[in-house]
Amino acid sequence: MSTLTLPGTTAGTGAAAPRPFALARHSTALAHRGLLKIRRTPEALIDVTLQPVIFLTVFVYVFGGAIAGGDRHAYLQYLLPGVLAQTIAFGSAAIGANLNTDIEKGVFDRFRSLPIPRAAPLVGAVLADVVRYAVVAVVTVGFGSAIGFRFGGSAPAAVAGCLLAIAFALCLSWVSVTIGMLVRSSGAVQGITLLVMFPLSFGSSVFTDPATLPGWLQGFVRVNPLTQLVDTMRALFGGTPVGAHLGWTLLSMAVLLVVFVPLALAAYRRKA
Amino acid sequence: MTTPAIEATGLVKRFGATTALDGVDLSAASGTVLGVLGPNGAGKTTAVRILSTLLRPDAGSARVGGLDVVTDARAVRRRIGLTGQYASVDEDLTGTQNLVLIGSLLDLSRRDARTRAAELLEWFDLSDAASRPAKTYSGGMRRRLDLAASLVGRPSVIYLDEPTTGLDPAKREEMWDVVRRLVTDGSTVLLTTQYLEEADALADEVSVIDAGRVIAHDTPTGLKRVVGGQRLTVRPADDADLADVDAVLRGVAGSAGSAQAVVTSPQRGVLSVPVTSDDALARTVTELAARGVAVTELSLHLPSLDEVFFTLTSARSGGAPALPSPPSSPAPTRPVEPALEASR
Repeated sequence: MSTLTLPGTTAGTGAAAPRPFALARHSTALAHRGLLKIRRTPEALIDVTLQPVIFLTVFVYVFGGAIAGGDRHAYLQYLLPGVLAQTIAFGSAAIGANLNTDIEKGVFDRFRSLPIPRAAPLVGAVLADVVRYAVVAVVTVGFGSAIGFRFGGSAPAAVAGCLLAIAFALCLSWVSVTIGMLVRSSGAVQGITLLVMFPLSFGSSVFTDPATLPGWLQGFVRVNPLTQLVDTMRALFGGTPVGAHLGWTLLSMAVLLVVFVPLALAAYRRKA
Repeated sequence: MTTPAIEATGLVKRFGATTALDGVDLSAASGTVLGVLGPNGAGKTTAVRILSTLLRPDAGSARVGGLDVVTDARAVRRRIGLTGQYASVDEDLTGTQNLVLIGSLLDLSRRDARTRAAELLEWFDLSDAASRPAKTYSGGMRRRLDLAASLVGRPSVIYLDEPTTGLDPAKREEMWDVVRRLVTDGSTVLLTTQYLEEADALADEVSVIDAGRVIAHDTPTGLKRVVGGQRLTVRPADDADLADVDAVLRGVAGSAGSAQAVVTSPQRGVLSVPVTSDDALARTVTELAARGVAVTELSLHLPSLDEVFFTLTSARSGGAPALPSPPSSPAPTRPVEPALEASR
């Protein structure tokens, strides 16, 4: 222990004066924390790195022949945007579990005793996940290209498709965050989130043309926001018009935010 | 100072059917250390969490620097530093990263945050470990980093929730040193502890709490006057000598003018008595030797929390704790619960 007096802890000086845009600034600082953690433990990215590779391989080479009547190449063009969206949906399960652990460990007590907006730790964590989703996009497109996927549209349209998927993931994250705030153990968070994501990703146009499904299931597939997202991405990747799909996707993103952000914050206040 | 730095009145907090706080009053003048002494589950942490705006009280109110912890929570947070019972640092981040993060959340510029982190790390002797992840730190280092984190914003009121629990004696002394320096610099410290020794070493005033209530508030000196400054504990080599030891202890404690020479048996085969005179130890040794009693343990120490509680709760239940300790049937180790119930 140094024998110097404590540097500048003159009581009463307090922290710096409050500045505007606190939520944006503090969320960014906390997102930076998330990035530092990813750099420290890159293995946390293994799910989003390997999953698209496994799903592309399994669906193109195992089921692809049967689903697409032998034309695996054509099926890959259909499948890739779907796998991208599906991996993102599953990847969002981690955030709720991580936040749950953070709260259990007491790290959030420190944040909550600081003069920052209550929502900042949650928003920061969601923002840091952009890195995970960017990894998904790069890996999926990279591996897909290696086995024969080709963009049919313009480069900006392809980039827009990936960005839309990432933006959608940020909205969908709030479902996982809400579950993370409501459930007691982080293991349960992961389980429940996957339980939600399963019907969402398989009951959609991710793997097959919904026209082949029974009528009652088609109804669910049509209102499934993931279907709208995947159809929009297919249009952007394939160079065809997006039609109404983009509108529905943006609307479902807005609905996710409007419903789950307040729910997550309310549950956070109660839990903490 | 007219406004106390910390002032809580009638704090009540329930968790379901459990009442964690049942009307707690606490007060600390600016620039002093308030010790909150109590066993596990007494409500110490709940009180700290309310005073640091993490929990809302169900009833009662609390002010920090004159600001209400519920209605002025944001302003209160600018003035406080919290060091929890378990170190709440981010284990994946390095020491520097942990402190810089707090700095940027406190709206320091990146450069100021780095400077502040470096000076705190140096002050807490963590400079060498500054770029290592906190998960590689020892328990004592983690505590220091946690305390450093709570000091980034130069708080005027600092809460230390059992800061030395689980630390070895040398590290405990270091932590005490830090607390003393914080106060020298003008901060007000609220310190919870399970050790009377710690409260005695650091606190200007002590509130003893048990089962969600303050059962005593005094200076350490005043408290010791009530519970007996020091205790003399003897363990004879042979249990058959307990009667002799009992007699010796009664003689030593009684002749020192203490009103009640209460010999208790904190453990099987051990007798203990509060003593006030300086020569008590020497006289005990002489008299035991005269009676030919061999001992395996003989010590002079501050009362343990159990003993403090026993004395305080007995006093509250009215009258002398009529618990003669015939060597054949030692008094129960923790006669706290029944005594407390009687006091309600």
